[in-house]
Amino acid sequence: MSLRALLGLALLLLAPEASAQADPEATRGFGATDAPRTLLVRGTTDIALFGPVLGAFVAASPEVRVEYEQWSSNGLYAAGEAACTADAADADLLISSAVDQLVKLVNDGCARPYRSARTDRLPAGASWRDEIFGITREPAVLVYNRDLVPASQAPRSRFDLIDLLRPADSPYAGRVATYDIEASGLGYLFAFVDSRQATTFGSLIEAFGRSGAVATCCSAEIIDGVIAGRFLVAYNVLGSYALARAETAPNLAVVAPDDYTLVLSRAAMLPAGARNPDDAGLLLDFLLSDAGRRELAAARLIVDLDEPDETLLTLPSGSAVLRQIPLSPVLLVGLDRQKRARFLELWRGTFTTE
Amino acid sequence: MSSRADRRPALRLSLTARLAGALALIFALGGIAVGVAALAYGRSAAQQSYDRLLIGAATQIADALSVRGGEVVVDLPVSAFELLSLAPDDRIVYAIHDPAGRLLTGYDTLRPPPSQATFFNATFRGEPVRVAHVRRPFAERSFSGVVEVLVGQTTRARARLANQITRNALIAAGIAGLVMSGLAVFAVRSALQPLRRIERDIAGRPPHDLTPVTVAVPREIASLVAALNRFVARLDRQVGVMRNLIADASHQLRTPIAAVRAQAELAADETDPERLRAAVARIHRRSVTLGRLADQLLSHALIIHRADSAALARIDLRTVAIRTLEQTDHDLLGDGIRPHLDLPEDPVWAEGDPLSLVEASKNLVLNALRHGQPPVTLTVRVAAGTACIAVRDAGPGMPAAQWADAGARFARSRGVSADSAGLGLAIVQAVATAHKGRLAFRRTAGGTFEAAIDLPAADRGGA
Repeated sequence: MSLRALLGLALLLLAPEASAQADPEATRGFGATDAPRTLLVRGTTDIALFGPVLGAFVAASPEVRVEYEQWSSNGLYAAGEAACTADAADADLLISSAVDQLVKLVNDGCARPYRSARTDRLPAGASWRDEIFGITREPAVLVYNRDLVPASQAPRSRFDLIDLLRPADSPYAGRVATYDIEASGLGYLFAFVDSRQATTFGSLIEAFGRSGAVATCCSAEIIDGVIAGRFLVAYNVLGSYALARAETAPNLAVVAPDDYTLVLSRAAMLPAGARNPDDAGLLLDFLLSDAGRRELAAARLIVDLDEPDETLLTLPSGSAVLRQIPLSPVLLVGLDRQKRARFLELWRGTFTTE
Repeated sequence: MSSRADRRPALRLSLTARLAGALALIFALGGIAVGVAALAYGRSAAQQSYDRLLIGAATQIADALSVRGGEVVVDLPVSAFELLSLAPDDRIVYAIHDPAGRLLTGYDTLRPPPSQATFFNATFRGEPVRVAHVRRPFAERSFSGVVEVLVGQTTRARARLANQITRNALIAAGIAGLVMSGLAVFAVRSALQPLRRIERDIAGRPPHDLTPVTVAVPREIASLVAALNRFVARLDRQVGVMRNLIADASHQLRTPIAAVRAQAELAADETDPERLRAAVARIHRRSVTLGRLADQLLSHALIIHRADSAALARIDLRTVAIRTLEQTDHDLLGDGIRPHLDLPEDPVWAEGDPLSLVEASKNLVLNALRHGQPPVTLTVRVAAGTACIAVRDAGPGMPAAQWADAGARFARSRGVSADSAGLGLAIVQAVATAHKGRLAFRRTAGGTFEAAIDLPAADRGGA
């Protein structure tokens, strides 16, 4: 092996994020190709879900063309951090479900502030420093396969899940899935916030470890696995994706856990190196407007948890158990190098990654 | 007199304007002082409260350090960050270094300062930060040394709190200033109230009322009222003099003028040259008397006016005596009786107006020449603090019963004579009083009669 190859391998190992940097998972343009202005948006949201929202935006603002790049959360964070460190030009708007990573970018001075009448109306915890803004409302849910899980065993809470996994010959052993928190920024965030919410988390990952639960990447993969029957139950799946799939997959049951339900507000921020911050602000204001919120609700990115008219979602009995993840520098703790290393070590010791 | 009346007093700034100006200046200076103090206080108060937050968070992090297998393990406590997020809009920077200076976790841009200071200022990606520095010593078998914990935060919350404190302090100071201004206006008004009372008292008087102002006033302007009253008294005296002059003139001059006119009319019809000459002689005599009378009246008025208004100077009474004789000589040129002059070797000092004193002495001399027996002597002496200019004659003098009111106008029981209107002693009396002295009559050991003006003697070298 040549020295250069060794060096390349070393770089790859040392900076796995750098390798993820240059590759959006998918891209799509919205609006007229000859529009006078172009806006580059990077997000973790699937194009299938977010596309209609952007379509509505370019319909309202035809002078802007939106180029949307779909990234993994870790890749998006690494690209933002690299651009920030190098003071280089960046995308115009970053939208990520791994809000802790965006909070860290803001904390590291990588964001530019934006204020408007709409951002001023955001409640406390839904914005920070006028640099990061929560735009969606998505619960972290349990999903299970209605065909394969008998109604009597259908889990309604984390306790139910622990109970299902307790018997040594549990049929659920090896067939419960959750995010691979090393690969998924959102999975890490959910797991980290879970670890702070209740002691249930310790019992849960212990149960996961004992029963050989599967940690895997990506919401779509997990949900498809449940629909296909490869997994019986999946834990901490993002409700928006699950509900979108449940519309076409009647065997997918979506449950907001009864003990507590984490609620994520997907965050948007304007990077300091944005080339077109004005139109980024325009899009942000659209996302916070009534029209934008209607589009987000239609895409299931805003899930109505207060008025339970959903037939697809089993809601907890009281809204007191809803726990919003606030946009605050407290989220930085989870991203601390040592803290993260120890947390991942604990996780790795428990899980067999698929 | 007219020149003074024409010179209107230049209109100066009103008292209220001056007080308002002074108060405005005081308030402005006070306001600036309060503002500076409030800013300093606000800054230090904000600094202190948020420094406590920082040190609290740093201490929590330091407490969460542990040593495992010869390595320092940092288990960042969430509570420390929750504490820091009490400054809601501030970015957080932290770094934990091992004894060798290697970064254990956190931001590598944040380095411990060379000094041991607990707090220091730095910058964190373009924003100023305040950093707390806590040192945690370890002395384990596997690890020993000091781990340095640095926790910093940007300064938005501090600045906001400082501004808030400053603004509140300034608002309070402003309200206090307004209240004080109100009180000051009230105080000025009430302080000026006595002046208004005096104004009303004077404005409300009838035209001839020259009595003293008796409005109750505070001590500060009592001297003003006293000066005003002195002025009014002087005015009153002068008006009195004028009134007396007019009364005397009408009383004293009317009869002789009528007599002169009657005799002139008689003379006009007279055809006999001899009787005509006699009539003309009578008219002449009468005219001389009339002239002297007018002279005396005017002199009396003049002297009394001077006594009130002329400034007193230190004079030698011997000079007064010499001048008196010079002028008396003039008047008595035809009579051939010369008064004697008896003067001491040394000057006799007194405070006085030479002109009035000469006039008064002249009257005494004339009285002595007219009513007394020669020889008439004008003498000056000083004894026991009293300087004295006196006229002696060998006659029996005035009866002692008349001494007391001899100085009053027209006191003589005999009435108006052909030669005198009886004003002579009244003039002397007025002059003596104006000089803080008195008119005195005595009989001397040698059997002579003496009329004297006794004045307080001035110091030898004084004044």
